[in-house]
Amino acid sequence: MNAAGVTAQTLDLLIALTLAPVLSGWVAQCRAWLANRSAPPLLQPFATLRKLFHKDAVIAHDASPLFRAAPYLVFACMVVAAGIVPTLSTNLPLAPAADAIALVGLLALARVFIALAAMDLGTAFGTLGARREMLLGFLAEPALLMVLFCSALIGHSTALTTMVETVADAGFVIYPGLAFAGVAFTFVSLAENARVPVDNPSTHLELTMIHEALVLEYSARHLALLEWAASLKLFVYSCIGLALFLPWGVARGAAASDLLFALPALLAKLAVGGALLAALETVCAKMRIFRVPEFLATAFLMAVIGLLVHILLAGEA
Amino acid sequence: MSAFATQLVNLCAAVLLMVTFVMIAQRRIVTLIHLYTLQGLTLVVAACVVAWVSGQPHLYGSAALTLALKVILIPLLLHRAVNRLNVRWDVETLINIPTMMIIGIVLVVFAFNLTLPIARLSVAIAPGTLGIALACVLLSFMMMITRAKAVPQVIGFLSMENGLFFAATAATYGMPMVVELGIALDVLVGLLILGVFVFQIRAQFDSLDIRQLEKLKGD
Repeated sequence: MNAAGVTAQTLDLLIALTLAPVLSGWVAQCRAWLANRSAPPLLQPFATLRKLFHKDAVIAHDASPLFRAAPYLVFACMVVAAGIVPTLSTNLPLAPAADAIALVGLLALARVFIALAAMDLGTAFGTLGARREMLLGFLAEPALLMVLFCSALIGHSTALTTMVETVADAGFVIYPGLAFAGVAFTFVSLAENARVPVDNPSTHLELTMIHEALVLEYSARHLALLEWAASLKLFVYSCIGLALFLPWGVARGAAASDLLFALPALLAKLAVGGALLAALETVCAKMRIFRVPEFLATAFLMAVIGLLVHILLAGEA
Repeated sequence: MSAFATQLVNLCAAVLLMVTFVMIAQRRIVTLIHLYTLQGLTLVVAACVVAWVSGQPHLYGSAALTLALKVILIPLLLHRAVNRLNVRWDVETLINIPTMMIIGIVLVVFAFNLTLPIARLSVAIAPGTLGIALACVLLSFMMMITRAKAVPQVIGFLSMENGLFFAATAATYGMPMVVELGIALDVLVGLLILGVFVFQIRAQFDSLDIRQLEKLKGD
């Protein structure tokens, strides 16, 4: 571990913590524009977080310690995940601590805690949300793993940094297998981040929501942490997607100039990605919850076909 | 240059397989027709790339034919038929969709395995695509078998022909022009005949469900 690595890692985490709410704000802004509404300011999520942190928390009498601890645990999981994913540079001291599979495990850990906390108070909505979240989770995880395996086959490693370096260094090479993996990954990210075809992030209609039902009992700083964790999750998923499928511009070495170039590249990619997400959410209708397993099964099988196609075509290239 | 062309053809093959796979999972007839159009477009791109690399001008002809027939004319006819039959809504399948997709995966593995020894002998620019083309044919075939309604079956038939066409282009640089013209005409005539059948089925049974045909069996 050297100074440059520590700098890159710190910068990586700071960027993740600050950019994540901005990304959520940007998506909300684009959605408002596309719906012909006047948009909230870009930094609205920060204002919301600040408001929530200044309030007094209200907690039910029969809440267990798990209920209080869950927001901190979920937030910590997301911060560590953001530290592992190469957003700006692949020279990350934290990265060898966990490969892609451990990253999926980390995201699953956060899911388990939030589901347990939602069931803790025994309210109907919390339990309902937790059950839906677990239904989604057990279908989305294998699909996500398959996507990561597809990239791992190309990079000959399950470390995210190595995958990024392989694809970025290969120059202009088309990997047909990655096309399948990309589609599958898009499906999975939509489901995991409670975006429109699966869940509506802006709804408070009880019967349709998943994410909002989970955090219904939280208030003040706990809610702020969970909201921040949710935006971090969106950021982490976007960055995994960018790292796997569009890794160009990520800094390889320790040079400061590389990092300087990587930041605008990241901002541009996130801005385009966020706008596309907003457009997708505007044109799609939310699907019935019982169609979601089918949606995620499609994602899983797409990823499997991606693997097969890669194996078939790798022999001749 | 040649390596890049191989990658392009491989990409086309992957897109073709993806579209065929999505077709299996698709319930709506109108979306099926859009997917069929997309399949045709992919074929046009693949044929142009192969023509450009292999220097065989007659492939441009077959690309143009594909464009006219499979991207413009047949989708147009299908849209008209669907509007006149008024069957734009969801279609039911005989097996549920996740099961069909799992069978689909098995078919893909089977096709890939089957063509592996053939691909080793080939000298074409993208021999690996033969497996993908065969997978597309098998998947479309499965779609024809598992759909209960007539129009998706017709689309399955057309998509199967697309898979065959892709195999011919990518693996053998296309068939002679005469054969290609003959096939194109066959598909068109086949579509027209199937269209007549579809209208007759509806006139007879007031439904497009082909299970109704079993009523025709004599005692």
